[in-house]
Amino acid sequence: MVEFFGETLYVYAVVPFLKIIAAIVVVLTIIAYTTFAERKILGFLQVRMGPNRVGPWGLLQPIADVVKLLGKEDVIPNRAVVWAYVLAPCLVVGPALLILSVIPFGPPSSAGPASSWFITDVNVGLLLVVAIASIGVYGLLLGGWASNNKFSMMGGLRAAAQMISYEVPQGFSLVVPLLMAGTLSLVGIVEAQLTQGRWFIFGFFPFGLLAFFIYFVSGVAESNRNPFDLPEAESELVAGFHTEYSGMRFALFFLGEYANMIVISAVAVTLFLGGWLRPFPNLEWLSFLDLGFLPPGLAGFLWFLIKLLVFLFVYIWFRGTFPRYRFDQLMDLGWKWLIPAALLAVVATSIWKVALL
Amino acid sequence: MSERQDDKPQEGRPTGDQPAPEAPDETRSEAPATPDSDSSAAAAEAEAETKAKAAAAKAKAVAEAEARKEPWERDPAAPEWQEAESDGLVDALKSSFGEGVLAARTFAGELVLEIDRQSIREVGRSLKEEHGFTLLVDICGVHYPDRDQAPFEVVYHLYNLDQTRRIRLKVGTQEGIDVPSVVAVWKGANWPEREVYDMYGVRFAEHPDMTRILMWEGFNGHPLRKDFPVEGIDTGAAIYPEFYGDEAGPVAGTGTGWKPPEPPEDKPEEPVPDEA
Amino acid sequence: MVEVDSSDLSRDTLFGVEEMEINFGPQHPATHGVLRLKLKVDGERIVDCYPVIGYLHRGTEKLFELHPFFQNVPHTDRLDYVAAATNNLAYVGAVEKLLGIVVPPRASYIRTLLSELQRISSHLLWLATHAIDIGAMTPFFYTFREREVVLDLFEEYCGARLTLNCMRPGGQPYDLPVGWVERCAEFVGGFPEKIDEYEGLLTENRIWKKRTVGIGILSPEMALDYAVTGPMLRGSGIGLDVRKAMPYEMYDQMDFDVPVFYNCDTYDRYLVRMEEMRQSVRIVQQCLEKLPEGPLMAKRPRVLKAPKEGDVYHAVEAPKGEIGFYIVGDGTPNPHRCRGRPPSFYNIQVLPEMVVGGRIADLIAVIGTTDVVLGAVDR
Repeated sequence: MVEFFGETLYVYAVVPFLKIIAAIVVVLTIIAYTTFAERKILGFLQVRMGPNRVGPWGLLQPIADVVKLLGKEDVIPNRAVVWAYVLAPCLVVGPALLILSVIPFGPPSSAGPASSWFITDVNVGLLLVVAIASIGVYGLLLGGWASNNKFSMMGGLRAAAQMISYEVPQGFSLVVPLLMAGTLSLVGIVEAQLTQGRWFIFGFFPFGLLAFFIYFVSGVAESNRNPFDLPEAESELVAGFHTEYSGMRFALFFLGEYANMIVISAVAVTLFLGGWLRPFPNLEWLSFLDLGFLPPGLAGFLWFLIKLLVFLFVYIWFRGTFPRYRFDQLMDLGWKWLIPAALLAVVATSIWKVALL
Repeated sequence: MSERQDDKPQEGRPTGDQPAPEAPDETRSEAPATPDSDSSAAAAEAEAETKAKAAAAKAKAVAEAEARKEPWERDPAAPEWQEAESDGLVDALKSSFGEGVLAARTFAGELVLEIDRQSIREVGRSLKEEHGFTLLVDICGVHYPDRDQAPFEVVYHLYNLDQTRRIRLKVGTQEGIDVPSVVAVWKGANWPEREVYDMYGVRFAEHPDMTRILMWEGFNGHPLRKDFPVEGIDTGAAIYPEFYGDEAGPVAGTGTGWKPPEPPEDKPEEPVPDEA
Repeated sequence: MVEVDSSDLSRDTLFGVEEMEINFGPQHPATHGVLRLKLKVDGERIVDCYPVIGYLHRGTEKLFELHPFFQNVPHTDRLDYVAAATNNLAYVGAVEKLLGIVVPPRASYIRTLLSELQRISSHLLWLATHAIDIGAMTPFFYTFREREVVLDLFEEYCGARLTLNCMRPGGQPYDLPVGWVERCAEFVGGFPEKIDEYEGLLTENRIWKKRTVGIGILSPEMALDYAVTGPMLRGSGIGLDVRKAMPYEMYDQMDFDVPVFYNCDTYDRYLVRMEEMRQSVRIVQQCLEKLPEGPLMAKRPRVLKAPKEGDVYHAVEAPKGEIGFYIVGDGTPNPHRCRGRPPSFYNIQVLPEMVVGGRIADLIAVIGTTDVVLGAVDR
């Protein structure tokens, strides 16, 4: 009994706890170095150096930034609504990190859940992702409203309108891989890609590709990044919803934005790019890409990480290239183009699927 | 392009027709004509004659030497006021406005029309609609403290796009007498008229928004007047009424004998009265 | 393009419509200085716009009256502080006209050269800020790379990079340094490629076009009525360029075109300025080619005294439009009155006409396209 209890405790409490810690640490590190990479890559794109003073090649810059932000005065404006003002940044970061619980970073292990490369596998994983992701908008809206600043207010309103609009095509585009896999479990979806022998981005060509494209565009809009960074457009709304924030609370908003980028990229990798699978999992002669010499699961994790980083690079690349949309044009794009296209993809995939049965 | 090469000035070879970008032609041609033989009244005639001859020869030599010089090597000769030649524009304005056009002169080749204050708006409208001066380039004020009549002058620069011609209108006014606004003719006159008001205190009648533009509301004084102290005035009383109260605080213009003008009474609709 | 119909502001809606007043500036990243706009917005739509200026008023015109003609040149640098050479040129041109001084040709060529380089640098700065306002960050750094070279050339010539003070009434203070002509030729030789690079980032960019095409319409009549000059007027289909209309310095010897576009929107004003940079390159190349030997200073008295009575107006084509100086002399070495006609003052006056009915994001694009420098507006 005690042994059984000990093992249960070990498998369902201690190990997940350690995994959560590990996931958060890894993701926060990735976030820290994404900011660094962003500045370096933008520097490269913009014929300048980027940070190069703190540590070798500026590698310690993120740490210096964190120290600086922690040391800053935490200002709460005079007539702000304090509870909402304090709560808002947490509402941005919390859900973004929460989604990590169901992301499969690597393959499940035959030895049991304790040694598989994800925190948990929920059979409604995809629903959970969509549900939690939509909470994030409250943070921006509350932050903008509570700051008692008209620019923040407009930023918050823009954020709300933009994120709600883009959740619709995003949700539709998620239905396509769901139809292909026939399961809501994220692990199940990746395994379906393995058994069907192709990444879902290539499934039901071109509808998988279309769905992927819609998902990613909506994702960029969801995470308020260029060219959809209207809620925080510094040249229009000063800094939008986080104008009044300073110190660590500002850092939390910042963190939330990057965590959102990572989550959206991770979901895209899982659903469309085969998660932990190597490219072309159906081709035998490419099996050397499985990197069998590594400990089990690590190769999968590396593949996942590589795909994730490619996404993050694309995010940064966008920022270096595109101007910003106007608000009504953004709405136009979302409602008049992405939603019909997503509907088309869903309907076509369904018909195709039924025809195959 | 290659033909233009010949125009390039060569050393030692005077080129009289060298394009002189700055000075108008008539001023340059007058330059050598300065030395005039001043044969004094009654003196020994022969002596005078030889002297005059020598002077004339010398003057001639000087003039020749002067003529050989490049325009930029001569002494600069400032332009002078001249009566405007009667061209179509001046004649048309004079015939349609009569007394409205007080004077038409040129300076440095620029036509300057002095316009009666009452008729400036009509003159402006006529110039814009009949004579093609569609661009109101600028409006500015000038303060002439020495003039008893009309110490303030409002200067309008107009430009005709088709004839590429500039003219200048001048309107004299004095403290407390409004100038008719030309915003109804050129919308662009709005801000510059406000600026003239701000800087000189010249108000414009029927201006849609006769408020200060560069200085802040409540500033006590008009900075570009000649009697406004350069070091500025402390307008603390005007800025911080809650701190200084109504009576306390520094007074504008103290030390120069200058007092802020009485604000003119509101004169709705009625035309500006003639100066007494 | 979205139709903006201001009549539907009073439409009956399910919800109450409440207008919000926003103070846009004077400290705002997109106002290029200290422009303040009192905005009335209905959601994102601008219902009313009232510009408030004067935050940078330094009394320059008062200062002009206190200093002799020579000492006023540095004050002109501070008007449009990103295009000091053309300010200097307008001022010294007016003084020379007032005193009847004729400038030697070499000095005149150098002035033409400097003012065209100044046009390039000013347009580069405009492009950088305009693009970053619309959200494209990268062109900013590309243009600053080239602007740096222009500023280096200025620094070599007169020791200053921004407030140049590089002209004197009567001619030029210094000759071109050794090797300057070659370095300048090298720069302008490679510059058209760089313009292609900026255009590659922006001209056919869909988002850029969406943000600029049809935005901030300024009809030709409106532009003339408000005395708008420079690239803004030429983007509205009126080809007024002081360099062609009333040539000063050596512009009548130069072979160049005045770009005119007819769609009256932000995009066309962008195209005008891009093309102007190419034309400036042509002018600089011709200047370098034709540059004659000779004196730099005209013969002039040590103390310049204006005639007892007389006033002149002299205008040049600054990067932002017509900048002119109106100088009244009174027989003393100081001007009795010296008025600078700043193009930005008139170009920003028309702003409400261009933005009312549009969105806040359009306002940003339009402020960028006016290329306003508040130092010139407020003087």
